Amino acid sequence: MRGKRLFIATFLIPPLLLYGIFVVSPYAQAFQIAGTNWSGLSPDYEFVGLDNFRRLAGDGYFWNALRHNALMLVLLPVATILLGLFFASMISVGGRSDRVGVHGVRGAGFYRVVYFFPQVLSVAIVGVLWKEMYAPHTGMVNGILRAIGLDGLAVAWLGDPRFSFWCVMAVLVWMNVGFYVVLFSAAMQSIPRDLYEAALLDGASRLTTLVRITVPLVWDTIQVAWVYLAILAIDGFAVVQIITDGGPSSSSDVVGLRLYKTAFADGQFGYASAIGVAMFFLTLTVAAMFLRVTRRDRVEL
Amino acid sequence: MGYRISRRGLLNGAAGVAAAGTLAGCAMGGDDDTESDAKGEVSAANPLGVKEDAPLEVVIFNGGFGEEYAKAHEAMYQERYPKAEIKHSSTQKIAETLQPRFVAGDPPDVVNNSGGSQIDFNGLVSQGALTDLGELLDAPSLDDPAKKVRDTLLPGIVDVGSYDGKFLSLNYAYSAYGVWYSRKLFESKGWQYPKTWDEMIALCKKIKAAGIAPWTYPGKHSRYMSWPILAAAGKLGGIEVIKAIDNLEPNAWKHEAVRAAAEAYYQLAVDGFLQPGAEGMDHVQSQTEWCRGHAAFVSCGSWLENEQKSVTPPDFRMAVAPTPSLTTSDKMPFEAFRGTGSEPFIVPTKGKNVRGGLEYLRVMLSQQGASDFTRKVSSLTCVKGAGAGIELGPGLASVTGLIEASKGTAFTWLYSSYYRKLERERVDAACAELYTKRINAAQWCEQVQKSADEFAQDPAVKKYKRA
Repeated sequence: MRGKRLFIATFLIPPLLLYGIFVVSPYAQAFQIAGTNWSGLSPDYEFVGLDNFRRLAGDGYFWNALRHNALMLVLLPVATILLGLFFASMISVGGRSDRVGVHGVRGAGFYRVVYFFPQVLSVAIVGVLWKEMYAPHTGMVNGILRAIGLDGLAVAWLGDPRFSFWCVMAVLVWMNVGFYVVLFSAAMQSIPRDLYEAALLDGASRLTTLVRITVPLVWDTIQVAWVYLAILAIDGFAVVQIITDGGPSSSSDVVGLRLYKTAFADGQFGYASAIGVAMFFLTLTVAAMFLRVTRRDRVEL
Repeated sequence: MGYRISRRGLLNGAAGVAAAGTLAGCAMGGDDDTESDAKGEVSAANPLGVKEDAPLEVVIFNGGFGEEYAKAHEAMYQERYPKAEIKHSSTQKIAETLQPRFVAGDPPDVVNNSGGSQIDFNGLVSQGALTDLGELLDAPSLDDPAKKVRDTLLPGIVDVGSYDGKFLSLNYAYSAYGVWYSRKLFESKGWQYPKTWDEMIALCKKIKAAGIAPWTYPGKHSRYMSWPILAAAGKLGGIEVIKAIDNLEPNAWKHEAVRAAAEAYYQLAVDGFLQPGAEGMDHVQSQTEWCRGHAAFVSCGSWLENEQKSVTPPDFRMAVAPTPSLTTSDKMPFEAFRGTGSEPFIVPTKGKNVRGGLEYLRVMLSQQGASDFTRKVSSLTCVKGAGAGIELGPGLASVTGLIEASKGTAFTWLYSSYYRKLERERVDAACAELYTKRINAAQWCEQVQKSADEFAQDPAVKKYKRA
């Protein structure tokens, strides 16, 4: 018994230590720094108590950024999961049923690669790519619109506060959908084919099969996807910074960007940490809430 | 199997680990006893008292000017102090790279604090992190021992690097800001650069009729278009208008001159003289449109020629001109323009070789160091006469023409270096609104003034007074 415990401990303690030093400790320090007026440029600082949080509560730019994150929180998971489910079911079970059984649409393997492609690119490249795609005269988005005779729809996408947020949103969905297509199709592989065949024999439509069979059987995966996407929606920093830098006029600002600029551009690490702490609690609450709301009985096969 | 770790126990353990981690590597640093500034004998050849074998570390912002020029300066330093080991590095992320080193009390000896991610001067100055370069100004210049370094600098360089009377940052490059156009285009069409605003509007009509957009601008960095507004306002109402803005005085941005200038440039948007789509472009995209002849005017600083080198047609002949006078009774002549230093160099107080840092700047400020910079990166320096005899590109040649014609009437504002965020975020956002006609000139003044008041009232922001 003793030997076994020692054996397990030798495997557990080093990663726990590393995790403690590189993940838990910076977090803990952020809480401490949030209570100071530290500028981030010298070791000098004073404790100011809850001043930073009081300031945060009255900071219109923070609330503006938070509103955008909230909107993303509602829309990003829904859009990504719906699209992911749709594409995944087309790839896995969308094709015609024949004697071999139920399978995906023709060229499913090719689509799988295409959907996954954005995952291979780094976020920075995705950002730069789309920034150029949205360029008013040289960009591909307007180029395509003009080519198909929709000149009236070709606008300065990133220069208009009505569109800039949605432009970023579209990129976020585009770059994430592929991962969930792969995730969902993996989950769907484990659903027995005969269930689909039985449904088809009973005359169930595609939609009914998706809603009544596929979704309940991959629910666990959807739940995980939901939490991942929610956490992603509270962040969104890198893509926003590269594509719009929060502009024009803060119309696509997000909390992560506020934090970064407050720390590195304004030299107010204390205040930036307070934003970080607020973000931490927000993410935690959202994750816990989502897990609770989406909890339902697991279908055992 | 009897033993199980409870969840509570595990959390306690994690907290313990976290506490240990905090002690081991706290982000906020701790010890503050790095009084190890290397000093050597002061002599005529070594007026700043550099310790000959003390290593020197230089960090360069690797942006539009690259880093090659710095390597040449380092070679010059090395020649003077062969025993000194020189450590050179360059980055585009000055703040992210150096912030932890400032905290740890271990900054490099010379930093080129520039670029989109420069460390905020307000933060550096209020923390006392920068060496007073006054000693350098009073040291003899490298070329002529009878001449002080101070006397080799172009006017305005000491002002723009001074905070509360202390000279803390050396802006090595000299930039002229103005309105750029293509001589070739203008000659081929028989157009003349307008000297008054009425002429400007009249010419814009002609340009538009010729099928070219009169102006383009980087809508994603709309602050570029705040420069002609402020320059025009300064010329109309005098330098006092600009000083009031720098000193965050109440209603400085609502001054009649500022409002009139904003009104004038707002007219460009109202009359449709701005390139359609420009509001969605960044600086490179809009400048490239300009280089391709899709627009006639663009507002920029004199780094433009170097920045656009790869896409400028060979016979384009870019030229810069001051902003047109708004009225016939402007306080400053048409020739007055915004001229100021850029590329700030600093010597951190906690560097290990502060003397060496000062000496390195002295080397940079020699005629040889400065003319080498101009040759390598096609930009003027803050050193008087160092551009003489160098063959300059058309853009830079027009900058020297601009400087000569101005006869010392060049001026600048400092609020953008005192309160960087005010320009980078707030004025930028307000200009984006103005040039897309979402707000008018009066609302623009209102909006910027509100932001300026916010900075004036923020106790976390150190205030400076411009005399």
